[in-house]
Amino acid sequence: MRMWFVCRFCCPAAQSNSNPEWEAKVLEYFKGQLREKESHSWVPSLNDVPLHYLKPNSLVKFRCLVQDMFDPEFYMGVYETVDPSTKANVLRCGKYKDVTECGVDLNSRNTVTAERQTFYCVPIPGESPWAKEISFLSAARVVPSTSYVPSRQKRSYEEDDDDMDTQPQKQREPHTGGKFGTVNEPHGNGDSKRQETEAPSSQTTAPSDCSSHLDLNFPLPGERGPACLVKVYEGLDSFKLNDTLEIYGILSVNPVLTVLGEEKDPSLLLLNPTESMETPEEQRAHDPPASLVPRLHMLYARPLQHNNPLLPSAPTEDQSAFVSSFLVEMASVRAELLAYLTHVLLGDGLAAEYLLLHLISNVYTRRDVLPLGKFTLNLSGCPLNSYTERLYQIVQQLVPCSYRLSMSLHTMNSMRLVPKKDYVANRLVSGALQLARNTSLFLDETQLEQGQLDSSGVRNITALGNLISWQKVDYDFSYHQMEFPCNINVLVTSEGRSLLPSDCQVPLQPQVTPPNMEEYLTTIHMAQFTSQINKFRVYLSLARTLDYSISDEVTKAVEDDFVDMRKDDPQSVTAEDLHRMLVVARLLSLSLGQTTLSRDGWMRAKHIDMLRRSRTEQQKSLNGNEP
Amino acid sequence: MILIDDSSAVNTIVPSNLITKLKILGLNTSLFNVFSVLPSEVDMSSPLMYGTPSSRVEGTPRSGVGGTPARQRPDLGSIRKAPQVDLHSEPPSADGAVASEQALGQKLVIWGTDVNVGTCKEKFQRFLQRFIDPTSNEDENAGLDLNEPLYMQKLEEISVVGEPVLNVNCSHVQSFDADLYRQLISYPQEVIPTFDMAVNELFFERFPDSILEHQIQVRPYNALKTRNMRSLNPEDIDQMITISGMVIRTSQLIPEMQEAFFQCQVCAFSTCVEVDRGRIAEPAVCRNCNTTHSLALIHNRSAFSDKQMIKVQESPDDMPAGQTPHTTIVYAHNDLVDKVQPGDRINITGIYRAVPMRENPRQSNVKSVYKTHIDVIHFRKTDEKRLHGLDEDSDQKLFTEERVQILKELASKPDVYDRLSSALAPSIYEHEDIKKGILLQLFGGTRKDFSQTGRGNFRAEVNILLCGDPGTSKSQLLQYVFNLVPRGQYTSGKGSSAVGLTAYVMKDPETKQLVLQTGALVLSDNGICCIDEFDKMSDSTRSVLHEVMEQQTLSIAKAGIICQLNARTSVLAAANPVESQWNPKKTTIENIQLPHTLLSRFDLIFLMLDPQDEAYDRRLAHHLVALYYQSEEQIEEEFLDMAVLKDYIAYARTYINPRLNEEASQALIEAYVDMRKIGSGRGMVSAYPRQLESLIRLAEAHAKVRFSDKVETIDVEEAKRLHREALKQSATDPRTGFVDISIITTGMSATARKRKEEVAQALKKMIQSKGKTPAMKYQQLFDDLRGQSEAAITKDMFEEALRALADEDYLTVTGKTVRLL
Repeated sequence: MRMWFVCRFCCPAAQSNSNPEWEAKVLEYFKGQLREKESHSWVPSLNDVPLHYLKPNSLVKFRCLVQDMFDPEFYMGVYETVDPSTKANVLRCGKYKDVTECGVDLNSRNTVTAERQTFYCVPIPGESPWAKEISFLSAARVVPSTSYVPSRQKRSYEEDDDDMDTQPQKQREPHTGGKFGTVNEPHGNGDSKRQETEAPSSQTTAPSDCSSHLDLNFPLPGERGPACLVKVYEGLDSFKLNDTLEIYGILSVNPVLTVLGEEKDPSLLLLNPTESMETPEEQRAHDPPASLVPRLHMLYARPLQHNNPLLPSAPTEDQSAFVSSFLVEMASVRAELLAYLTHVLLGDGLAAEYLLLHLISNVYTRRDVLPLGKFTLNLSGCPLNSYTERLYQIVQQLVPCSYRLSMSLHTMNSMRLVPKKDYVANRLVSGALQLARNTSLFLDETQLEQGQLDSSGVRNITALGNLISWQKVDYDFSYHQMEFPCNINVLVTSEGRSLLPSDCQVPLQPQVTPPNMEEYLTTIHMAQFTSQINKFRVYLSLARTLDYSISDEVTKAVEDDFVDMRKDDPQSVTAEDLHRMLVVARLLSLSLGQTTLSRDGWMRAKHIDMLRRSRTEQQKSLNGNEP
Repeated sequence: MILIDDSSAVNTIVPSNLITKLKILGLNTSLFNVFSVLPSEVDMSSPLMYGTPSSRVEGTPRSGVGGTPARQRPDLGSIRKAPQVDLHSEPPSADGAVASEQALGQKLVIWGTDVNVGTCKEKFQRFLQRFIDPTSNEDENAGLDLNEPLYMQKLEEISVVGEPVLNVNCSHVQSFDADLYRQLISYPQEVIPTFDMAVNELFFERFPDSILEHQIQVRPYNALKTRNMRSLNPEDIDQMITISGMVIRTSQLIPEMQEAFFQCQVCAFSTCVEVDRGRIAEPAVCRNCNTTHSLALIHNRSAFSDKQMIKVQESPDDMPAGQTPHTTIVYAHNDLVDKVQPGDRINITGIYRAVPMRENPRQSNVKSVYKTHIDVIHFRKTDEKRLHGLDEDSDQKLFTEERVQILKELASKPDVYDRLSSALAPSIYEHEDIKKGILLQLFGGTRKDFSQTGRGNFRAEVNILLCGDPGTSKSQLLQYVFNLVPRGQYTSGKGSSAVGLTAYVMKDPETKQLVLQTGALVLSDNGICCIDEFDKMSDSTRSVLHEVMEQQTLSIAKAGIICQLNARTSVLAAANPVESQWNPKKTTIENIQLPHTLLSRFDLIFLMLDPQDEAYDRRLAHHLVALYYQSEEQIEEEFLDMAVLKDYIAYARTYINPRLNEEASQALIEAYVDMRKIGSGRGMVSAYPRQLESLIRLAEAHAKVRFSDKVETIDVEEAKRLHREALKQSATDPRTGFVDISIITTGMSATARKRKEEVAQALKKMIQSKGKTPAMKYQQLFDDLRGQSEAAITKDMFEEALRALADEDYLTVTGKTVRLL
């Protein structure tokens, strides 16, 4: 209920513009409130509630990825208006708003110019349906968006007319009271609501629609959900492109925003070229209709370490409590997950082990150019005919963010993987490699057929190669390239060895050959209870966040071991192998919930690596001509 | 127009356009000139008078301040579109209005500022007459006497050349008069017209007979206040700023109406209306015949000025990692239009403006956002030097005092060389010599110019080739170097074409103009071009490298564009052996299959091989494990910061230009003679002048590492050692075990050449023994030779022998038959 103070806090500004402290106080207040247990779940989320059900100028949250950062803009932080009838001057605050009141006195000496920046934010690309579903349901428990339905029409009229600053607080009380009064309303119609959430964006994909010219610039094709222009006031330097954030801010969907952009007298354009400076493309990209791309004035943003709704998101005490309670279970969950993955991988236990390690891998640091902790897995020898597709669906069920890139010739030649700066529209046109951290990228090489790659195809393959080797994507700024580090788990499935580099190749050796693959996999999947799957999900997200160290003693042992291995066969054991084994050892320990490397762990890592290598050798001798 | 007059009528300033208007009305302006001759100089120098042909100076029609037409300066916003946004709680500085005194009498300042026009003008004239900068090394001052007042010489230049623009370096103003500088930065709109006045007065006093197109305009540049686009903030509005960036788009020329010309359709009476805030107040009634709505705009008699919109993007070097570059809109006016092209890197000096979004009459509320742009006063291309071939941009990278102190301290340490080399790519293990080689490459030699004697430039850049087994972190090393140097380029031999490396001609989609787009080699001018998978490069691509790697230029003749671009780039290349694994039984050339003409252009060729010994393995293992478990802080402690290394290199490259001293040159001569001696014992040459040049470069680079202006014997020693190390690795003849430079210079070791001759002789003998047979079968001859010779003879060797004999004009080979001549 106190969230609705938002509507009022602009008033003090008018009186005390000389004293900027109130701004800090406001922020403090909101941060404090949001830190309180559960309180953040009272705030409706743009991800879950359809835009037209949300009250303009109310506090909302948005879980998103920073897709583009626009130029900073100057706005009237404080300005003066003149009432035409009474000639009285009133000071007003322009912060957290898009439009001014009428009758701005542009010559007023009290005007204060301030700076803010706009980020173009999109929902986290490739967010798995289950993650959306769960966060939706948990939100719906507290904020029944359904309460908007009955009186929605009426209320929105009121909203448009009334003036935020002058409306007395009392008048708001009934609305808000009503809202919370309906907390216990049944929400059986949650599903139909969800469809409505997606309605506005699906319009944009329909070519017949009037808004079809508007490209919401999602990194991945077929994405849905609202994009948002987030106005950022504080801490501009702390945000980076591709950050995943949970933003709390004031929603602004003032229809004026749309009209301002479109109603333009051509004759005025001639005389004042300042206006013509923005190309129509730029206008469209930077000032899309507010009904499609709402504006969000940021009060507070929380960087998200992960977007798994099953885990507490903030690093607070209850998270550490959660972690320690889960650590006990870790080993057993791991065993269950391994069994599950073994079934999925047609009874191949070793491949399942590696897949598990891959799923918890994470670039934890970089040493100059070298990313440490990445573990790109190449599953070769995958059966054809939609097996990989099925496999992806299962991976998708386990991780909160994923994307399957079918590497057919056509997609490689036509798809835009690397984001590119469009100077005409002055925005960063997204590409499929603009992904949030820890997204699972599933590269399906079994789809690749013989044929010719054109130049964009070659560029795409190079970009994938760079992504795998250096965990970076070179964005195309046409006059130069700019390097953006990333942290993406790449899994390559292929028939033979992949043409892309990988940290580790595991040839799949199916133990079972089910007559009907689809049915087989579906049954495996169906056999798991949701609670079980949820445990797996928590396990995978959690294992990734654990700390890890190696004691001096074990270091010594590892060194000795390496020297010995080299003595036996210097040709086959290289520095590269040591690199990989160290990563495998790390992941193996973490997967068991151990935060230090034990001798045992090292031996296990060596052992499974040996098994894997013998299998690749075997494969090589079988095929003979493989490099 | 606002007139403030609270002292006396004498001090009243008459707005220039009022005078103009009065003139239009046919009134005598001499009435106003009464004030001008009064001792108070306020009126003359006021910005209001700016641009008004004053009748005070009765000079010849085309000379003198009065005779030379003034030109409007839209860059200063003499026509304002809206009252300015004001940050401070002072009244908006009404355009052109002049305030009256603060205290008593003559102490007048322009409203909203603390600028007293008279003092300001006087100060500036003094600056022009007195400013001397003996240490100046700017290219713009080339050819000027540094001990004479700089700007007076420039004025002289103007009188000769006739280009009425005076560029003034703000840092000069600052060092001369800090207060004047502050005023210039804070109130450019008022101060620059005052400067204009001052210059013109001074100029026409000095050169009363010179004829200029219009009055001289002062263009200040290099305002130190703001350097970075990112740091622009609301406080900079209406101030003079200098930012750097890259042009990404330029608009068509926009004719901007300055004055609208109306004519009455009834009585042909004409009137002019000035454009005010982007609007024209169309007169509704003709003042002559009182007809309403009879006035029509006559376009071709209205006054227009040129204007161009330019979009500038932050240069990549200025940006924090992980953010996108900012862009700014810039307006160029009059002769600055079309001065820059997309892709140019420029420094812009101008006035930062913010204009509120225009109110729509039909709407009551407006967006609370301002549009910002920069009205440009001065452009300076930062990459211009590439075209002119002048030396490094010295003021590009500024170091603070403390930073220089840190660097010097570091340089004074005896082990600085080892420290720096170990700081290079710490994640890559060992390969100390290779890292040292790359370190020297980063510093480079001293640039020497022999163009007067016709030899042209000597290459100062060190080229390095790394070859070796796959998976020996060659790529990683390249990536590291690419990330370290500001002008690094990274390409892969597999993915790049000759065009991508050099330059290509592209049709600009907007202007339909042919534009020369530079490729990786040109872009890395003064930097390092890292080429991975050098061996996979196609021959045609590789061939462009020949010119770059020795002459350091790139010639292009394409689509009507013929030019020679500078490509003073160091090449760091990595190549894999042809057989995927390095074959120790073969020479470098045989292993990587690169033409020796190209190989000889590399100063250092290193092999990165797996050494395979236990101690090494242990250290390697230790290093790698440490890599994985050490925390960030430990890493920081252990190694030099990458930023320090970067600055160290930049500083040394800019400020240190070592020269050989006597001993060092002696040592070099000895070293060279020694190298040649080694080979001569066995009847082969082991060093060529190219190797001597390499040695000199390496020695110079090593002196740079020490921050020493002299190349001394220790530098030569290290250069020798490193060169020998590299030779030992790459130029050892696997058959004899000797170091043989001819492997690299001719592609063949001396022993191999000897054997070739032997085979040829054997073949010749055999043919002679067969007696008079004019023609022989190729295959049969081959078989015969094989049968005869005790050593195994391959087909290659046989063919080589045939070719050798053909060269002697002994025989010819046509298809499958061999004919004697």
